[in-house]
Amino acid sequence: MELDPVFLSRIQFAFLIAFHFLLPAFTIGLASYIAVLEGLYLWTRRPAYLRISAFWVKVFAVSFGMGVVSGIVMPFQFGTNWSRYSEVTAAVVAPLMGYEALTAFFLEAAFLGILLFGRRLVPQWAHFASAVIVAAGTLFSAFWILAANSWMQTPAGFEIVNGQFIPTSWMSVIFNPSFPFRLVHTVVAVYLTTAFTVIGVAAWYLRRDRHVEEAKIMIGMGVMLASVLVPAQVVLGDLHGLNTLRHQPTKLAAMEAIWESGPDQPAVLFAIPDAAAETNRFEISIPKLASFYLTHDWNGHVEGLKAAPRQERPPVTPVFFAFRTMVGMWLIMLGMTLWSWVLLGRRKLYSCRAFLRVAVWTIPVGYIAVTAGWITTEVGRQPWVVYRHLRTAEAVTPSLSGADVMASLVLYGLVYAVIFGAGVYYLVRLVQRGLPDDLPVLRLDHRPARPLSAATSEE
Amino acid sequence: MALDLVPIWTVILAVSVFMYVLLDGFDLGVGILFPFAPDEAARDTMMASVAPVWDGNETWLVMGGIGMFTAFPTAFAIIFPALYFPVLAMLLGLVFRGVAFEFRPTARSSSVHWGRAFFLGSLIATFAQGCILGKFVLGFEVSGRQFAGSAFDWVHPFVIAVGVGLVFGYALLGSTWVVMKTEGALHDWARAKARIALFGVLAFIVMVSVWTPLMHEHIARRWFSWPNMLWLSPVPAVTALLAIWLWRSLKRGNDVAPFIAAMGLFFMCYSGLAVSLFPYIVPHTITLWEAAGAPQAQAFLLIGTLFLIPIIFTYTGWSYWVFRGKVRGDASYH
Repeated sequence: MELDPVFLSRIQFAFLIAFHFLLPAFTIGLASYIAVLEGLYLWTRRPAYLRISAFWVKVFAVSFGMGVVSGIVMPFQFGTNWSRYSEVTAAVVAPLMGYEALTAFFLEAAFLGILLFGRRLVPQWAHFASAVIVAAGTLFSAFWILAANSWMQTPAGFEIVNGQFIPTSWMSVIFNPSFPFRLVHTVVAVYLTTAFTVIGVAAWYLRRDRHVEEAKIMIGMGVMLASVLVPAQVVLGDLHGLNTLRHQPTKLAAMEAIWESGPDQPAVLFAIPDAAAETNRFEISIPKLASFYLTHDWNGHVEGLKAAPRQERPPVTPVFFAFRTMVGMWLIMLGMTLWSWVLLGRRKLYSCRAFLRVAVWTIPVGYIAVTAGWITTEVGRQPWVVYRHLRTAEAVTPSLSGADVMASLVLYGLVYAVIFGAGVYYLVRLVQRGLPDDLPVLRLDHRPARPLSAATSEE
Repeated sequence: MALDLVPIWTVILAVSVFMYVLLDGFDLGVGILFPFAPDEAARDTMMASVAPVWDGNETWLVMGGIGMFTAFPTAFAIIFPALYFPVLAMLLGLVFRGVAFEFRPTARSSSVHWGRAFFLGSLIATFAQGCILGKFVLGFEVSGRQFAGSAFDWVHPFVIAVGVGLVFGYALLGSTWVVMKTEGALHDWARAKARIALFGVLAFIVMVSVWTPLMHEHIARRWFSWPNMLWLSPVPAVTALLAIWLWRSLKRGNDVAPFIAAMGLFFMCYSGLAVSLFPYIVPHTITLWEAAGAPQAQAFLLIGTLFLIPIIFTYTGWSYWVFRGKVRGDASYH
């Protein structure tokens, strides 16, 4: 069998970015949560906030460490596997990544040290400020990296000179048509991921009558956040979808498995798309519904996949199912949020065994949703790497052989299996060990004994 | 063209890479020395001495990579494919040792395995970086503006030798860092290891200084033609003086001087390299100016860089200041 360096490089990038993104999906929200908890403690002096924060800081340390190392791998992928892409898009994409390093990575790294190890070394306000700065750093990072990604989806603000993408307006490059929608949609998604993780962990404690006071606070805060963001997400998702319809109609047609252009489009609930025959098998659909939610008009016209030539269509099946998976996860989040409100009305939120059990099971929901969302948008962009300007097949490093990429892919796979396997195991262990019994030691007047590793320092 | 930004980007890139080599150099060096440490308590102390700063140190690697991507994209698109496997080994090594910082204290029964992962990851990452450096000096096969070789071009005795040399180099930085940050038995142990590392480093400096001009005539001409020889004579002279200072300060038992002298040695080697390779960014075919990216991109990122780098130095310096002084090894947790 001939090994295709383009396909294998795509698999490698998708694999590395998917595993990397699981970490920011959790740590962006967790950094903000820790900052809020530290602030609440400073304000109320209620010890429970500090214990909760000290616990999540340990979890954050392990997750963030994994996020850093799997993140350092990413920019080098551009050079090693996508050198043609790098050379022609450098003028647009590289400075955005440069700003990510300058405004986010250095900030996070320096203040993370203070957040993890510095509680006894700096005044409490400085420790709180470090928590806020780390949280801000994670959001800056999301800003720049999503700007770069969005530009690849809906490129703007450039001209092509000698085959190179040359920026003409940085405002248009950064605030390209899909960027504001993608940014808000993604940040809300990762906040929800964190919220359901926190709720699930707290539910696990409540079921065992451990850390009851703290677990109630965590569930309460998580439910509050979800109550705002779960409904907001459907509005934001809808806006993002309309933006996709406008700028990437082929991707949207693939998400909905719509083949024919025309009015009165049905919403396909389930189908097995058949790309060769350009139709759906086993379709179950609701008439006119897609026209309604895509154009906000029951008879609205929607472009189908056939409007694009075959060689310009994305693979329909993964896009179609990934999109449905994402929406399904949102429905589960919605169900949990509504259930929590019903229980709250009956004053049984913290005692309903069934709710607490299901809450533990829904910890993965957010991670599945963000991964499915990324598969939808990235596979949906194919066969382009820069939408309608640069094909993925033309972006790969010319000197690479299929065997080279196969070798690196296998090595990455082995190493990530060990790292992520161990990481999940240790995170579960940290949760099982529970919250610290004593309050973390705050700054003393004399110099401290030694900075300790974050995960153990407050035991 | 309005303003040539290549010189300033050359400086930014050079500074970023040098910051990376110095900073991650000492924490990788601590990892290389890890299995030779007297006991587990010493290993805890060594790891604790770098735990708050290692990820900030590694950020300079990202800065260097992206600086090259922005300012010299042609070089980025040639060098990284040529170094496919050394870069892969470096990244995987960095992944292993990076997670070891968090996993080793969290794990209880298996913490010794993560200690090994910390060592092996540091060793592999360092050797791979040495190979990258060696291949850089050796040069790349280029046709037009593309890499024209294979992913195994880097396999060459010189490249392997530089890889081993850098292991000694980082071990020197790491051991002098431990000398500075610790007391008692561990401090004395690190002093002894620093001397061994220093011998290794000096041997490799001599070897590379002889081998490089023998391989490349234009480098030989640069160093050994008159009057260059006069102007460049301080480079070997200062290097020799630093080596002597380092040796003596280790003998006297100074805390800080060995680390500073070791950094000085790295600075001299780095400068020597710059003298040899200038003006090439893809040795020995493509110059900095030929590889330069669009001025629009260089200018856009330059604004942020000039504004933010001083701020980054300030808060990174503050972070080091917070964790200043000796790390005490009397509070073991395992």
